[in-house]
Order: sequence, then C-alpha cells, then structure tokens
Amino acid sequence: MTVVNRRGFLKAGAGAAGGLLVSYVIPEHNLLLADTAGVAKLNTYVHIGADDTVTFTITKSEMGQGPLTALPQILADELDCDWKKIQTEIPSPEPVYGMMGTYGSLSVRTTYNSLRQAGAGAREMLVQAAAQKWGVDKSQCRTENGAVINTSTNARLTYGSLADAAAKLPAPTNVTLKDPKQFKLIGTSVKRMDTAAKASGRAMFGIDAKVDGMLYAVLARCPVFGGKVASFDATKTKAVPGVKQVVQISNGVAVLADNTWTAMEGRKALQIQWDEGPNAAQTSAKIRQTFMDLMPKPGAPARKIGEAEKAIADAPKKVEAVYEAPYLSHSPMEPMNCTAHVRADGCDVWVATQIQTGAQQTAAQITKLPPDKIKVHTMFLGGGFGRRGGSDFVTEAVEISKAAGVPVKLTWSREDDMQHDLYRPSSYVKFAGGIDADGNLVAFTGRVASQPFAGINNGVDRNAVDGIANLGYGASIPNILVDNHPTETGIPCTFWRSVGYSHNTFFTESFIDELAHAAGKDPVDFRRTLLAKNPRMLGVLNLAVEKSGYGKPLPAGHFHGVGVVDNIGSFNAQVAEVSVTNGKLKVHKVTCAIDCGVVINPAIVEQQVQSGIVFGLGPVLRQAITIDRGRVMQANFNNYDPLRIDEMPVVEVHIVPSTANPGGVGEATTPNISPAVANAIFKATGKRIRHLPIRQQDLV
Amino acid sequence: MAAVKFTLNGKPQTVDVVPQMPLLWVLRDTLGMTGTKFGCGMQLCGACTVHINGQPTRSCGMPISSVAGKNVTTIEGLSPDGTSHPVQRAWIEVDVPQCGYCQSGQIMTAAALVGKSNDPTDADIDEAMRGNLCRCGTYQSIRRAVKLAAQYKAKGGAA
Ligand code: FES
Ligand code: FES
Repeated sequence: MTVVNRRGFLKAGAGAAGGLLVSYVIPEHNLLLADTAGVAKLNTYVHIGADDTVTFTITKSEMGQGPLTALPQILADELDCDWKKIQTEIPSPEPVYGMMGTYGSLSVRTTYNSLRQAGAGAREMLVQAAAQKWGVDKSQCRTENGAVINTSTNARLTYGSLADAAAKLPAPTNVTLKDPKQFKLIGTSVKRMDTAAKASGRAMFGIDAKVDGMLYAVLARCPVFGGKVASFDATKTKAVPGVKQVVQISNGVAVLADNTWTAMEGRKALQIQWDEGPNAAQTSAKIRQTFMDLMPKPGAPARKIGEAEKAIADAPKKVEAVYEAPYLSHSPMEPMNCTAHVRADGCDVWVATQIQTGAQQTAAQITKLPPDKIKVHTMFLGGGFGRRGGSDFVTEAVEISKAAGVPVKLTWSREDDMQHDLYRPSSYVKFAGGIDADGNLVAFTGRVASQPFAGINNGVDRNAVDGIANLGYGASIPNILVDNHPTETGIPCTFWRSVGYSHNTFFTESFIDELAHAAGKDPVDFRRTLLAKNPRMLGVLNLAVEKSGYGKPLPAGHFHGVGVVDNIGSFNAQVAEVSVTNGKLKVHKVTCAIDCGVVINPAIVEQQVQSGIVFGLGPVLRQAITIDRGRVMQANFNNYDPLRIDEMPVVEVHIVPSTANPGGVGEATTPNISPAVANAIFKATGKRIRHLPIRQQDLV
Repeated sequence: MAAVKFTLNGKPQTVDVVPQMPLLWVLRDTLGMTGTKFGCGMQLCGACTVHINGQPTRSCGMPISSVAGKNVTTIEGLSPDGTSHPVQRAWIEVDVPQCGYCQSGQIMTAAALVGKSNDPTDADIDEAMRGNLCRCGTYQSIRRAVKLAAQYKAKGGAA
C-alpha cells in the first residue's frame, strides 16, 4: 500500500454539465513544457457523470499498441469503476498537454503513477460523499464496480449518483493506492476497447475522414529528394472529367477532384519540369563509400572507458568486423494522408498523427492563425512506427486547402508513401574486440557512420550509437571506445520503430556471437558472463534459453541463435529456431522472454512482442530501400515486400513477473530478432551475416 | 460517365461514374463506405478485399464496369449488425486487430475461406491469407481466429 501525500496533485470540481471532474498531472507533459519551470500544471481530466459514465482524456494516439485499453485499465483499477462505463477522448492539443505525441514506447511508463493517483483520488472523494450521505465513517464504506457500498447495511450508491455531491468536496491531499495484490484490472488481459470497431469496418482512420464539401487531392512531388518544381503545364489534367482544381504548393503540384482516383488520373496527365537540386546524383553506393572512407578516422567519442585501442592491440586474440544496414521505409498499411479545412477564422485538421502538437504548430505557421484556432482531430492510425511523428503530410494538406479555398483530403498513394518517406537511416559500423587468454572480453571498440536526423551533441548523433555506446554488456567490459561520424547524405530520415537499436542490436549481438566463437565459448555462456552486472538482461536470457530448449537436441537441420537487448526501459531475449535448406531460410519459431516491469495487459504485451518481431523480420529477409539518381528505387509492396503470413514463425512469449516500474513494449522486440536469426544461420551454415537484408550468397 | 447497376450488400445500387474507376474508390469516395481500405492500389496487399459473387476480390483492381450485375459484399454488409459473422465473432474473441487498418481485408478473405472449409489447417490459412499484408504482424492471431471462426460456423451461424 502506497500513500501519496502531495498538495495540489489533484483538483476537483463540477464538470460543465454536472458530475465530478478531477484534474491531475501527467508530469511528462510538463517536463516537456518549456515555460513551466517546475510548476506542476494539472493537465489531464477524468469526469464521472450522473449516468455513471467515466470519461477520461487520453493524449496518446492509438496505432495498434493499445493505449485506449491499457491506460483506462490503470485508472479504472484504482477508481474501482465499472469497466463497461469507461469512455475515452483524445483532445485537441492545448498548452497544458505540453508536447502531445506518442513515441518512444512511453504511453504506459510515463502515465502509470499519475493515472493510479487520479483514480484513487476520485474514488476517495466518492467514498467521502457516500459516507456523508449515510452519516457513517469512511471506514464503513467499500467500493466495487462503480458503486460505494455501506458495509453495515449493504446499501449501495452508484458513482453517478454521488458525483454531484463529491464535486463539492475538497480534493484529497493524500490518497492511498492499492496494494498490487488488490489489482483487479492491472495485470489482466482485458479485451481491447477498439476491437469491435475494427472488426466491423466502422473504425475511422485518418484516410476515412469526411467533411462536407471536401475535394480529394493527390500531390505530384519531385522524385529526387530536395528537388522542386521548375515549371508545369496542367492543361491535360484540367481536361480530365472530375478534376476541379490544380494548385502549386511548396512541395509540388496538387490535383483536386471529386474522388481520389480521378485526382490520381489527373496527376498522371500533369507535365512537370523538375529542378532536381543538389542530390540528383546521389546513390546508395556513394553513401556507403562515404561511410567506408570515414572508418580509418576517429569520430566524436560517444563512450570512452579505459584504453580500448591499446587493450585490443595487447590482447592475445583480436576480432574485427564491419556491419551494415540499409535505409528502410516505415510503410504502415495506411498510407500518409491528412484532411484539412482552412478558413479565415480557424482551421480544422483530421489526421492520423503521432504528434498532435506538431500538426497544430505546422497548421498555425501556414495559416498564420494562433494555435488555439487550429483544431486537431486525432483519428485512428493505420500504423505509425515513427512515420507519423512527421508532419510533412499536414503541411501539404493545409497548404492545399489554403490555396484551393476548400476542405481537402490529401491521400498519398503507396508509391508516394514509399518514395517520400522519412527513412530509417542506413548505417555502417566497424567493430573490434580483444579477448584475453581466459576467453574474457577485455576491450571493445565501435565506429559508427550514419546520418543524423534529430540533432548532434558534442559531435555525436545519439540515435546512431544507441545500443552500441550503451551496450547492455558494458558494465563488464573494462575498456570501451565508441565513436561516431554523423554524415549528411541528403536523404530525409526519422525515427523508425526502435530507432538506432533497429540496426545497432543486429550489429552488436552478431558481433558478440563472433567474439564468443573466437573465445571458444558457447554464445549463451559468453553472454551470461558479460551480464553478471545486468541481472534483468541476464534474467530474460536465462528464461528464453530455458523455455526454448536451447542446447537440447532439435529436429534435424534446425538451429538456435540468440539475441538479447535492453531498450526503452525493458529487457528481452529471443531464441530463433531456423533451418537453411538448399539456400532457403525458414524461421520456424521464436521464443521470447520479456521483462517490462509491471504488466498492465499481458495480451497486449504479447501482441506487441509478436508485432515487433514481424516488423524486424522483414528487413532480415528482404526489405531494403535503395537510392539511385537521388530517388528511391522501390515503389510498392512488390519490391518492398513485408513479412507475409506463410512466413510467420510461431512466436512464444514468456513474461517475467516484476514489480519494477513499467517499461516500454511497442519497440522492445524489433531490434533483436535480426541477430537471433543471423546467429542461428551461422550455426547452420558457418557463414556470418554482416549485412542486412540477408543475400542469397549468404545462405549457400 | 455511365450508370452501372449492381447489388451492394443485398441492396440494388446504381452509380454514375467513369467506367474504369475501380470499385474501391467508388465504395470509398462515391458511396462514402470507408470500411474497405486502400493499401497499395496494385493488388499486392489485400486491404481492399470485398466479395464479388462470393469470391474474395481486390476492389482496387476491379473497374466498376465489370461489376455490373454482380453481387458485392463489403465489410459493412458481412453481418447485419457488423459484428456477428462467425469470423467477426472469432476476431473479437481473439482480439486480432492491432492498428486495425488491414483487418477489413483480412476478415473478408477469412470469411471466404471459412465459407468453404470447415477445418482449415495452418497451411490452408497461410495459402488463403498470404495475399493480405499486416504491418502490425497479427498473423499468429489470425491463424487462431480463423480456426475459431470455423468452429463457430460448425456450431451454427451462417458463413
Ligand atoms: S489496395 Fe487493393 S490489394 Fe492493396
Ligand atoms: S492490424 Fe495494423 S496492419 Fe494489420
């Protein structure tokens, strides 16, 4: 039982239409507010209506990862309300919400404590109101399923009937949280709130937005990154029946029509001369060469412990290896889109976004309206994976609506989406390791060349070295040097599910395997030694090893490989079981053990574990974005083909029971499926995979 | 423009559009039925799957002119209340959807499979469903739900 005692963390009063309105603080929002200087602003609300409905604001987007279910579970458990009476609302951004967005697998971990306190506080007030009505002491009251019960008379008052009276009481300054043993919802696989809508076709995604009088738009963009329109002729486009307008905006030429298909037909008829700009000759091969040329030169240090280079030079055994990974596209199933209605006095934006505040600011800049005149309607996201943290599609839609003077739904074709993504950067890494006479890893160096997209600090792009500089084995390696060459390439990049870890864990976990072999040790034993000071990472490794039967006999031709990672506040280990037959790879099974602290909803955790593995497996097998003449060579799912159901391994998930604060889950398992598979392939073929995706020559 | 008549979710429907306009966009934009999704426009992903005369068909590659006189069923018409088809019941029981965007297409393909097979194996499911991409990786849940749907159908309930 935890008692929270902090003045001002809750505020209560009546809602606009009656009922009890409790406001509380989600500190994350305030941490991200520049101007609050430590002042806790109440920024989230839960409302209990006279009809027993419990409505609460969620500032997180639903893109499959389950916040519309998991966050209410936390609040409802402490509130003891009727689960069926819960409703959620995603508000338009306001300054109190700070940077409103969904990224970094943060939704549960940053709201867990606040939601519990808010639920417990509201419950406390309802109990107080009931005690006053009955003229009894609070200790004679208990709560259950949305009602207060008088323990001596068994009288029962629903929360709705108490809400108005509770609203007149002062907010408690301290509340008692449940002992985790009393949890009824936290830790249970409550069914998702959004399933029926998604199984019936009724769920409204960004692309489904409808506004009276809207036109349907597509945009012709320069195929070369950084290029722009030199001139265009829309005569033929305007002759296409159903095309209504053609307008030029900063990023290209938009065709507006009375349906999307006609707009696409109109776009085909456009004649545009492009000014291809400075990247017109860029290629993947040139980018790779630039990275290779940097390898002999020291980069900006990202981590330095001891004298790694010297220790390697002095070590009886040295291992060196170069690893690389390509650009990747996010390619969520719902292509980018945005619906915008710009008027003189305001602007509405309907969008599947991971960054509501960014969408609002973007629209405010273009329309020159104050942010509070921009209303952002958050729709369901047909996948995000980091892509929808960008607001480029919002810029385009708002510019088009402004130029055309009508509400507009801008839809990207799949080709637009794949060729104008903000990509996972390509990366090139050189490792070295030194092993002493007893087979211990005494020194490790890594030099990383990659493209920065979110800032450089002291010469280092944190995203480029994440998972290498802060390697989970670091505490057991006496000499470490990781340095970085942030390198501009002209290719637009951004966060991609699990960010730097998405490639860096492939690199490090494969290289650790190489080191184990060089040291003459089993890869699991070698890791265990290195994880002596990282008990949670060791714990998941041991559990995955045990559950997978690693080391025990497998069917003929099947081999196991492991990959372990600690990222986003969680730990997971995967054991992949693969076979390679006549050059054909099959991943049969993945056993994953995950420690993500307190689990809110085990079924959602399991979904996310599977989801992350599928997302990481496509780029192992074949997905890559390549650049030639400054443009992307892939266009649709025929040449950037994600994992399909017939390639889906059996994924077995084991969750480590834990009382630690919740960790993230959405991005946890994407990084380490690739090394688990590659390390198993090494056992099968003796060939070390140092390049993604796996090429045919790697398998024969 | 030409008037095209067909049956949509059991009711007569007439649309007056360009003959080569794909059924997908007629449904979504002309008729405002957004349950059927656009994923690739190239018959590669299955997000736009509907039934034409009972056969699962990718509506993005189906010109409206060739739908004339046919029976079209979309996710909106799969069951009277939108959730009671055995496949939808199984999908809800297993909690298949994550982001949900591919799921109309998955359900329409699965409904056709369950309609003709009482006891689909993993291999049957993989073969029938490999044309439906899911970027969220719900494949393992789909396998479970298709089998459950077949059981629901066997116990009664039309499919
Ligand atoms: S949209 Fe029709 S198959 Fe992809
Ligand atoms: S549930 Fe998201 S694409 Fe399938």
